[in-house]
Amino acid sequence: MDPSAIIDTRLTLETPEGTDLSLHPAGFWIRCLAYAVDWAVRFAVMFALWFVTLSLYSGMAGAVFLIGLFVLEWFYPVYFEVWRNGQTIGKKIMKIKVINDDGTPVGFAAALIRNLLRVVDLLPACYAAGVITSLCNRRFKRIGDLAAGTLVVYTNPVRPPPALEAVGSRPVPEGLSTDEQRFLLAFAQRGQTMSMARQAELAEILKDLVTPGGSAAGGPAAGDPAAGDPAAGDPVVAIKQMANTIVGRRAPAGSR
Amino acid sequence: MKQAAFEQLHGPTWKSLEALLQILEQGQVPDPAEQRQFTSLFRKVCHFHALAKDRHYSSFLVDHLDDLVVRAHQQLYRRKHPVLYPLLQFIVRDFPARVRAERQAVLWSTLLFVGPLLVFWLGVIASPELVYTVLSPLNAANMESMYNPENRVLGAARDADTNWGMFGFYIYNNISVAFRTFASGLLLGLGSGFFLVYNGALIGAVSGHLTNVGFTTPFFTFVIGHGSFELTAIVLAGAAGLKIGYALLVPGQLTRLQALQQSAQGAIELVYGVILMLLIAAFIEAFWSSNNLFAPWQKYTVGALLWALVLGYLFSSGRRWESGR
Repeated sequence: MDPSAIIDTRLTLETPEGTDLSLHPAGFWIRCLAYAVDWAVRFAVMFALWFVTLSLYSGMAGAVFLIGLFVLEWFYPVYFEVWRNGQTIGKKIMKIKVINDDGTPVGFAAALIRNLLRVVDLLPACYAAGVITSLCNRRFKRIGDLAAGTLVVYTNPVRPPPALEAVGSRPVPEGLSTDEQRFLLAFAQRGQTMSMARQAELAEILKDLVTPGGSAAGGPAAGDPAAGDPAAGDPVVAIKQMANTIVGRRAPAGSR
Repeated sequence: MKQAAFEQLHGPTWKSLEALLQILEQGQVPDPAEQRQFTSLFRKVCHFHALAKDRHYSSFLVDHLDDLVVRAHQQLYRRKHPVLYPLLQFIVRDFPARVRAERQAVLWSTLLFVGPLLVFWLGVIASPELVYTVLSPLNAANMESMYNPENRVLGAARDADTNWGMFGFYIYNNISVAFRTFASGLLLGLGSGFFLVYNGALIGAVSGHLTNVGFTTPFFTFVIGHGSFELTAIVLAGAAGLKIGYALLVPGQLTRLQALQQSAQGAIELVYGVILMLLIAAFIEAFWSSNNLFAPWQKYTVGALLWALVLGYLFSSGRRWESGR
């Protein structure tokens, strides 16, 4: 239905308040990194615990070590996901979090289910089952997530940094949908990572839409520094100018 | 309405929601007057978000409102996690009720565990070399020396420090085993089934072997006490695993995913109970079972009482509330 369904992983969810939440499920790679951080944290704590308890050399200390091991192995993620805003330390660093399918924070039962079923995700080795499962569904859920009804999402949707190239601004064509505007913005943001030739090639596709009539017919706003720019007919510049409008550089007077 | 006018008119509303969210997300409590405004602000911002989207305002504004709505949603639908009262309610009422509700899974699990246990016990008594099918000769020898009456100082308790060490080990080992028994049930119940049968066979073989060697008294006085909690807990963990495996295999009117999610909600309650039971079992095993100060008849009596307690609790606790439902 909507084009974004095909183009990115954005997921919309209708709330009781009658609006749509948009969530960005986190993929396999970022979760891997978060897991690696968590693993390192746990390993460090375990090592410290081992060091301290070993030096005491008593049965009681051994008990503390083994119980610590048990708690770290099974309840470390549960604790953070329930009481620390859905984020283990690794997830916090990677800016992702666990939530329920309906967008609400996870409870104890869901957190325990998804972390116990890790045992199955681990099979046969190196999380193979979990990785394959997460690649087979649109929300990147591993088996534990499927059973618990949870998913892992980015905490902050990728926000455009307001500093786009200073090329002036120009009104966005009438009737562009929100998603279409997002694509213009994404183009401007990613412009720096592409060669000029590649940018021109991509922008050429939208030439008729962004620079109707070839020249500055769309018309940069009056008094705009770009008004006399000979490159105004260039679709690359046009898109970047529109992006500036979209992020609100259009009317500094209005926002102040 | 132009976007600039919209922003000017309603901007203050979402700015105050944003300010409130910042306070809430830092875990601070805003002042009560502001807090009371939260839901009304949230509803308004939801409305603006929908409007902004519908009117094709700039995606930057929509994304900003989007972010606010998601964050406010997380704050509004946050649940409290009280511990004590729900825990008591769970122990007295919900856990035994859940066990009775899942009696089919529990019966199958019991069968898969007790069946091999009896078969191997009797089998090893009948033909002693059968023990080496599940136990290596080294392990069998270890078991023998562990329960050899000559290695024990009668009338002496193991020292308290060793007891604590063993307590830690029992918790680490037994609860991890229970968790794996449960989780592997997701493999269509096969994993749980395997763990049940394997553990049953192992315990049966050891019992048979020690009966053959004649170390029955040290062995049974040791296991009867904590066995009540430990063996029952393993059976219940298996039952929880079988339950989710069965839901995947025979989802009925639901999709497999729905069936899995629904059964996991029930199964996890069994797992909570299993954790509690194994904590108790570890305590008994470390501090009571190892204690040789008591005569065998005293240990058997206490063991029988514990078994009666566990079974009686699972069969009857909380029935009063159940019939009312």
